[in-house]
Amino acid sequence: MTSLYEVIPDAPGEGVPTRRVTITVNGEKKTLDIEPRLLLAHLIRQGLQLTGTHVGCDTTGCGACTVLINGRPAKSCTVLAVQADGREVETVEGLASAQQLDPIQEGFKEEHGLQCGFCTPGMMLAAKALLQRNPNPTEDDVRWALSGNICRCTGYQNIVKAVLWAADKMREQ
Amino acid sequence: MYPSRFAYDAPSSVGEAIAILDRSNGEAKLLAGGQSLIPMLKLRFASPERIVDINNIPGLDYMRTDPDGTLHIGALVRHEDLEFSEDLAKSHPTLASAAALVADPLVRTRGTFVGSVCHADPQGDWAATMIALDGRIVAQGPNGRREIAMKDFVLGPFTNALAYNEIAVEAIIPPVKGTAKGGYLKLERRIGDFATASVAIALDMNGATVTRAGCALAGVGGKTIDANAEISAALVGKTLDAGTIAAAAEAVAGAADPRTDHRGSAAYKRQVVTVFVTRILTSIAQTEQKAA
Repeated sequence: MTSLYEVIPDAPGEGVPTRRVTITVNGEKKTLDIEPRLLLAHLIRQGLQLTGTHVGCDTTGCGACTVLINGRPAKSCTVLAVQADGREVETVEGLASAQQLDPIQEGFKEEHGLQCGFCTPGMMLAAKALLQRNPNPTEDDVRWALSGNICRCTGYQNIVKAVLWAADKMREQ
Repeated sequence: MYPSRFAYDAPSSVGEAIAILDRSNGEAKLLAGGQSLIPMLKLRFASPERIVDINNIPGLDYMRTDPDGTLHIGALVRHEDLEFSEDLAKSHPTLASAAALVADPLVRTRGTFVGSVCHADPQGDWAATMIALDGRIVAQGPNGRREIAMKDFVLGPFTNALAYNEIAVEAIIPPVKGTAKGGYLKLERRIGDFATASVAIALDMNGATVTRAGCALAGVGGKTIDANAEISAALVGKTLDAGTIAAAAEAVAGAADPRTDHRGSAAYKRQVVTVFVTRILTSIAQTEQKAA
């Protein structure tokens, strides 16, 4: 195992194939030399120290690691980091500004859309992608759009309410 | 989980990708949506020496219909492109209804139609629709292009007919004669699970008469079950009524080869096939009546 999974080293280890990539993460351009087998989730968490993206099942089943790649939600445990080269990645850290929460985050706060909080970042990014495509979703639309994200606390009722709350708020703005 | 080490190429043309595959002597694997390949790399079921990522090749994400109605689906068309296409909902009801049932919404943003067919999972949704619609795969290699009928494309579980230096560049769905009718139903324990049983049906209709019928099943056998002969015998030249629908459902369920497992007993799965065939055909018959 290389040190790759702990930190992104300044220079690659001897004999390890690397590739130079430029990825925009939450609006900030990063140029990195990485191993092709590095998963996007690991680049984000260990390499960039953005630990808001959670790794749940690690088997493409739970959606906790959801990030937006060029605006579309994807499981970052099932994307190679090199595949994000030249693309824009948004993680949960990109939602709020220093001044205020994103309406989706406000919705989760207002409607108690989280219990343990582990699935929450993935839920919020999947919700953001939904609201960008469909600003006026029905409850059914929300449930359908979040059906790839599992909440082990089973707090779905309030998660759905939170997304509908955010949709209302965003339409008012 | 981490994949084992591999070399990585991100070519910008199909020709370049084929040249890399050709040089690799079968030790390279093509990466499109990656929603099956990357889990397999992580589990180390697959450990290719080289990954050839085709996502940076422009011009492979097209869905195009010829004047005669032939549909072309490029290698980088994602499941969600099919799910959200309003044109497809009108022209190809079988594909449109299957699109929303493939895996889960997050997988659908990346996984591709053609890649899924190439993956040749016996429980894959798209393989069933391709058989029901009599689709073809266009393979491009160093010596040009060839078309492979879907029934010849899958050689066995997770094994397709592509040579190591060929790329499946598009899928072709032949034109409908008359009106396209059809549907896809799938029973899954939860979203994203493999099908307990699923049924794809595609009909060409001239008024109320069925002129062509296709059907395939997933989850109820060691491979995608081709039930085209069974449904054709039951429906072609006939109209849809309670009698013909029941006959078709019985014939198709007879083609299923389910096994008892944690998803249900063989008898249960066969019954699900009967119910799904009946539901799809009844729904078509009802819309026909409304139109008439």
